[in-house]
Order: sequence, then C-alpha cells, then structure tokens
Amino acid sequence: MKPAPFDYYAPESVAECLAVLAEHGDEAKILAGGQSLVPMLALRLARPEVLVDVNRIPELSTIRRENGSLVVGATTRHATLEKDPQIAGASPLLARVAPHIGHFQIRNRGTLGGSLAHADPAAELPAVARVLDAEIEVAGPNGTRRIAAAHFFETVFTTSLEADELVTAVHFPVWGDGSGFAVEEMARRHGDFAIVGALAAVQVSDGRLARVAIGLTGMGSVPERAEAVERALTGAAVAHLDLTDAGVQAVAGLEPSADVHAGPEYRKRVGAALVTRALTNAIEEASRA
Amino acid sequence: MPELPTSDHLTTVEVGLTVNGHARRVRVEPRKTLCDTIREDLRLTGTHTACEHGVCGSCTILVDGEAVRSCLLFGVQAEGTQVTTVEGLASDSSELTPVQRAFRECHGLQCGFCTPGFVVTVTALLERNPAPTDEEIRAGISGNLCRCTGYQGIVRAVRRASELIAAEGRGEAV
Repeated sequence: MKPAPFDYYAPESVAECLAVLAEHGDEAKILAGGQSLVPMLALRLARPEVLVDVNRIPELSTIRRENGSLVVGATTRHATLEKDPQIAGASPLLARVAPHIGHFQIRNRGTLGGSLAHADPAAELPAVARVLDAEIEVAGPNGTRRIAAAHFFETVFTTSLEADELVTAVHFPVWGDGSGFAVEEMARRHGDFAIVGALAAVQVSDGRLARVAIGLTGMGSVPERAEAVERALTGAAVAHLDLTDAGVQAVAGLEPSADVHAGPEYRKRVGAALVTRALTNAIEEASRA
Repeated sequence: MPELPTSDHLTTVEVGLTVNGHARRVRVEPRKTLCDTIREDLRLTGTHTACEHGVCGSCTILVDGEAVRSCLLFGVQAEGTQVTTVEGLASDSSELTPVQRAFRECHGLQCGFCTPGFVVTVTALLERNPAPTDEEIRAGISGNLCRCTGYQGIVRAVRRASELIAAEGRGEAV
C-alpha cells in the first residue's frame, strides 16, 4: 500500500460529484482511469486529501452526434476510442491515435477526459483536441461551459479547469468529405510516450488543400499547433507542395526542452520529419477519399 | 518511535465483488490497491506485485473480462465487478489452460515472477485476436516486463497457445 491516505467518494451523478468538489475543491482530485494519477499517488508525487471517483457516473460515458460535432463523454476509455465504429466514422483521428496510447491494458482503463485534464504535453489526446479545435465541456457550480482546446492547455500538467469543475465531455467537430488524417510518432519502445509525435488533418477539394491542421506532441509545454504553416499551406495545390520544407517550418519557432531521451535540436529534427510524413499520409488519404 | 496509523485508525470500506466466480466481501482502506486487496484480503497470491506503479504488468488481472493493471485500481473500485486472477483461468485447479500449457512447453518462463501477469495478458490478447501475427504478439505483450527470458520463449508460447486454442476449437486432441 503506497499512496498516502485519502477520503474516497464515488458519486453517481455529475450533480453529486460537483457537490463533493464544491466542498473539497482544492484538496480533491478526480479519479478517472487512474493510469496517470495512481502512479503519481503511489510515488507520492500527488497527495490529495480526497479522491473523487467518476467511474460510476453513467452520463459521462455517452457518445453522440450533435450539431456537426462528435460529443464524446469524459470517461470514454481509450479502448472504446480505438474500437467504436461511430468514433471511427465521425472522428478518424481519435480512432487512429488510440492504439498509440500506452499498452492495451492501459487503454482498457484510461479515459479521454482524464488524459485532457492531466495535460501531459507528450500525450496524444490533448494534441487531437488541439488539432481538431475541440471544445472541452465542463460542469461547475455555475452550470456548464465549453473551453476551446486552444485555451484549455496552459502549461505542463496545467489546464484552465477550476478546482470545482469537472470535464464532462469533449466536442470534436466532424470534418467533411475529402479529409485525411495521420499520426506519426517516434518512441523508443512500443507503448512508451512518444519522444515526439506529429498529427495532421487535411481536407482536399479540387486538388487544393482547403483545410490544414498540424499538431505536435513532446515539443513544448503544451500540445503545439503549427499555425503559420497551416496558413501557408491552405489553398495550395496538392501537386506542388514542398512538405519537407513544411516540416522544417512547423518546428522552426518551437523550443522543446531537453530530457534524458532527447535534446531540443534532435527533437526538432525528428519533429520536422514526422510532420512531413504525417502531412504526406493525410493528403494521400484525403486525395483518395 | 511515534505510533504509525494502522488500518484500524482509518476508515475502511466494505466491498463486494466476484472473484474467480465466487462472491466475496472484504473491508479495505480506500488507498489499498486492488492487487494488495487480492493478495492480502482475498489471500490469492498468484497475482504478483512488482513495480506497483503501472509499468511492469506483473499484477495484470481481468476485471469484467478486460485485462487491467491491478496496481492502478483501488480495491474499493472493484465493487460489483467480476475479477479473474491467474488462479481462476483454468476451470479446475488441477488443469492448465492452453496458454498455461504453452508457456510450460515453450519455456515461456524462467524465474516465473512475471508469469501470472503474462498468462493473464496473453489470455486476454488471444481472446481478442486468436491468431495474432508476430508483430501483434510483440505489441500485445509490450506492457509486461520479463527480466529473464529475453521474450523469445514467451513469443513462442503465445504462438503455441494460439495453435492449441485453434485445435481445441476444432475439437482435436493436442
């Protein structure tokens, strides 16, 4: 038994959960899949007084289409993202990154909302939320609000979520016909967090790039978007693209930190190559569609 | 020495769950992991704890049929679930499952410490994908660490288990 003692609550509705958070807010931590939080508890890197287990709240695990978006409940597990036909149809990028997350035993427990709230800049799902301009729906004492992914991730392990708020669902805009998606990663071992990852989403119309989104993991304190490159590529003819240069430009302004796995220059080189590869694959898929 | 708190001083919670087909009730502190609950309270020591923070896969069990790391769940979270540990894979304690037979045949273990986790993982893996490719086998066992075998025997054991299960499915004696 390694974690420090805590009080345990297992609310069965969002309202009940919010009541616990209202009382314990700063002292409380939400327990979703537990695949990041429980190791932190075991190592006592986190010592919350109160743990609020949201796994018994049925309304958090629904998946539905609504106003051009796929709305995925916060406790939807990675294994569901990987296998659910509705998710694969409406948001192929979600289904495609899922197998890259940890090992299958981890995907059986880990959740979408948990991954976003944990905000690890090396993780895939925060990057998907950024790339697809998802909105994170949160419930709090004053009702619900939606936070654009661009404003949700503040820095490493830090979001704009308040202590008395709970992530309830994520709204992923559904991309139309002619779109293509790709994820490319470099990891030392299967199932590890990628040292660097690149995600691309494109939409091709009449031989031109009508829409481009590029995301990077492990390249900063939050999941990054390469917005300047996206603007430069939008409208360009697919036949005349320099995607090698696009990769280089995508990482040009980034300042990744060094760790035991890789230094900043190496990360940028790998990031550039992965962006090129992801864009190439996404455009190929979109052109076939 | 100051007196350290023991479980008697802390709130415990009663949990009801089904373990290897038997209804069980235990009282645990909320911070007690499911693997410790299984070993200490349910007295099933086949599930091994090693890293205790979700890296090594030694403590893999099935919860409602899905393979999970039992060190990353708390005992209290198992309320109402169906838990299967390595002890419950074979229908009879004197028998081995095809996966267990294959591990023995193919030298899929040396010291054996990681083996319960591997056996449960491979059981779940073959349930989802009865005829995995070598690449799928290696990806499937990548969440379990073995410090003895170098994995070659384990990969062979998974291939053999797949054959044994297929043969059983066809009603052949193996």
